Amino acid sequence: MTTKRVTLLILAIIVIASPFFFPSNFYYRVGSLIFVNGLAVTGMVILIGYAGQISLGHAGFAGIGGYACALAPVHLGLHPGLAAILGAAISGALAWAVGRPILRLKGYYLAVATLGLGILVSMVLANEAWLTRGPDGIEVPDLGLNDVLEFVGIDISNAQFWYFFSGLALVIGAWIALNLYDSPTGRALRALHGSEIAARTVGIDVARLKLQAFVISAVYASIAGSLLALQNKFITPEVAGFMHSIEMVTMAVLGGVGSVLGAFFGAAILTTLPQVLTVFQEYEQILLGLVMMLCMIFMREGLLPSILRALRGKDK
Amino acid sequence: MAELMQFLLSGVTVGAVYALVALGFTIIYNASDVVNFAQGEFVMLGGMITVFAHMAGLPIPLAALIAIAGTAAMGVALNKLAIEPARGAPVVSLIIITIGASIFIQGVAQLVFDKQLHRFPAFSGDTPISIFGATILPQSLWVLAGAIVVFVGLWAFFTKTLTGRAVLATSNNRLAAQLVGINTNWVMTLSFALSAAIGALAGVLVTPITNISYGVGIAYALKGFAAAMLGGMGVPLGALVGGILLGLIEALTAGYLSSVYKDAAAFVVILIVLFVMPSGIFGRKSTDRV
Amino acid sequence: MTTLLEVSGLGITFGGLKAVQDVGFRVNPGEIVSVIGPNGAGKTTLFNMISGVYKPSSGTVKLDGQDVTGLDPFLLARRGLSRTFQNLQIFQTMTVLENAIAGFHLQEKGSLLADLLHLPSMKFRARAAETEARTLLNRVRLGNAAEKEASSLSYGALKRLEIARALALKPRVLLLDEPAAGCNAVETEEIDHLIAEVAASGTAILLVEHDMKMVMRISNHIVVLDHGEKIAEGEPAVVSRDPKVIEAYLGTEAAHA
Repeated sequence: MTTKRVTLLILAIIVIASPFFFPSNFYYRVGSLIFVNGLAVTGMVILIGYAGQISLGHAGFAGIGGYACALAPVHLGLHPGLAAILGAAISGALAWAVGRPILRLKGYYLAVATLGLGILVSMVLANEAWLTRGPDGIEVPDLGLNDVLEFVGIDISNAQFWYFFSGLALVIGAWIALNLYDSPTGRALRALHGSEIAARTVGIDVARLKLQAFVISAVYASIAGSLLALQNKFITPEVAGFMHSIEMVTMAVLGGVGSVLGAFFGAAILTTLPQVLTVFQEYEQILLGLVMMLCMIFMREGLLPSILRALRGKDK
Repeated sequence: MAELMQFLLSGVTVGAVYALVALGFTIIYNASDVVNFAQGEFVMLGGMITVFAHMAGLPIPLAALIAIAGTAAMGVALNKLAIEPARGAPVVSLIIITIGASIFIQGVAQLVFDKQLHRFPAFSGDTPISIFGATILPQSLWVLAGAIVVFVGLWAFFTKTLTGRAVLATSNNRLAAQLVGINTNWVMTLSFALSAAIGALAGVLVTPITNISYGVGIAYALKGFAAAMLGGMGVPLGALVGGILLGLIEALTAGYLSSVYKDAAAFVVILIVLFVMPSGIFGRKSTDRV
Repeated sequence: MTTLLEVSGLGITFGGLKAVQDVGFRVNPGEIVSVIGPNGAGKTTLFNMISGVYKPSSGTVKLDGQDVTGLDPFLLARRGLSRTFQNLQIFQTMTVLENAIAGFHLQEKGSLLADLLHLPSMKFRARAAETEARTLLNRVRLGNAAEKEASSLSYGALKRLEIARALALKPRVLLLDEPAAGCNAVETEEIDHLIAEVAASGTAILLVEHDMKMVMRISNHIVVLDHGEKIAEGEPAVVSRDPKVIEAYLGTEAAHA
């Protein structure tokens, strides 16, 4: 079986089978948070893992996705679902416009430019209170899909609905990312990651491909932000904040930034910890920082690929 | 006119702090090609340790000395524990490591100290001095003097002393430096200690003016980086000029455009510099070797 | 015969230093032209200018009569120019097969949507590229290593992989930068045959190589550089007797030997 099929199968089994082990409704909530973060991190896999480009500002796109769901229904009369799509379109367009100049940069410069971009977005969300109601946040209308399900006779709790809906979104997101991996565009992205100069000499339009990866990952982050806002029915500018950007990168590198499944596990671990350990909140920053440093020093490929490699090494 | 003068004075003051952070970046960048995103945390540590040592009853000069020495030790630890083991790692990994270090230090500071805003009394009182109808705090003069002294000291260090030249040699060609007998590990240790000490000094000097809390580091790191880039990465004079310029831009933005978005000025500067003159004001162009 | 690659007056300065100046020559279809010269003579810099990696400070590069000076490598690739590198530029984390397929990028690329959704059109293109890539790998005797990660290959094998990747573009002009460096005698001979074969199919080949025996054996024409300037050119037999060349190049080489 291919990596793609195995990954999708494992993700589907996790989504479907986990509820049998849930002692309470609260776990549906944790589960859907994991899936939403997993979706955002899948976008980071495409950007960092495939294309080898860093972004320290992707939470900005999550903020745009989230606030689109809060604002578009009120001001434009859009259905929240359409608002999420509008948010993704805006995120994609912004990524495209800003990405063109930014992605010419490399390494540290790219990191700082994306960081600045993310902070600008969160600054606007916090300061333009006439529109966003400022730092305290704003409520988000209901998606209404659960009511439709109830109407056709499927009666599940709101937490359950969001669990399965986010799970579905994650599996679709993973499917698309895995498709991309094994496609001409994905090969070209990985090629430019390996050697930009060689990629150019085989005819790869490096600037264009980096931009595509940047836009795709921005759309992932945006949709994840929308899903988060819709299920919380509330959003604050913190979604777009620096720490959230860092969390996204950390989840990706913890699990393994080159692998969709690995990144999902990274998201699962870092999402679950603060929910399970209440003391964790105090230590959250310390732990995040430690994870980032230790991963990059001792297992640069991330948890899952390192474990797989170790297992394979034992077989031989 | 007095208004403009006021903006200029406050801009130069803040700019001097950015210049100090940028100089810290420059030292480490020169010795190792690493951009240390945890640079801002040194500023925070310098301020916070002084505050808490002072609260524990120590006089400010002694507290500041402890803060600077302690932060320098942190810098060395950062190099030994996180940067050295990752030698040869791709730039993306180094970015994640130093950002991780930054967040880690923040988290620890939050636990060891607290989440409050702090300050301690200014060195020479709080009576403003008036210049051309505008006023400046005596502490601002301390900040300016600090930046100039550090700059001159670094200049002398890098050009007049053997050790300083060893640092520069290491940055030019690590292997060659080792071959001629320079202990490059020691050069790295020295660079991190020096860089952290300068950051801490900035923290000590600026705390009476702007207050300090555990979370200010990232902003200083970004602005210091912006300043270093504006002046030209790796060039000490660039760091000084870039810092002051950025401070002025910020103060003028706050004064004439919008005070909420003054922090955005740094990023706009970063973006403009990157696109218009990627090597900064005093930087040199580099060509990729294939 | 029409000239495929024409270089004239090409020069570049790095920080005020003239690394290469006023170099010119032509390469016709099916011809193998070698650039030789002592280390630091500017051979790789010349390659980098022709292939668009560096923008020349002066002079022109013409491909098929059209001025392509300073065009980005990816645009040159579309016009039929490909190259290999002196210090390997392999896509290390990809498999050998994927490296070869990457060479077919221009042929297999299509719409992004088709790639994201794995539409049949993408599968068709990818399969065609894979088939051709496997044939190509067999040709450079890497068929058995297709599924291995590129980083696990030996140096000589990677050299061949890079040539295969460059050939995947079906180039009209091929620049080879020390293709036989680090290879043993058997491998060198293989590469030797491969180059002759490619040239016979009508590709214009520009070669930088330190193995003098190989250069003398397969080149139609030789350009000699020293200190960034062309000091001689002509047929192998003529060049090897040129006193200037012997002094600048063969002499120093002989002294070291």
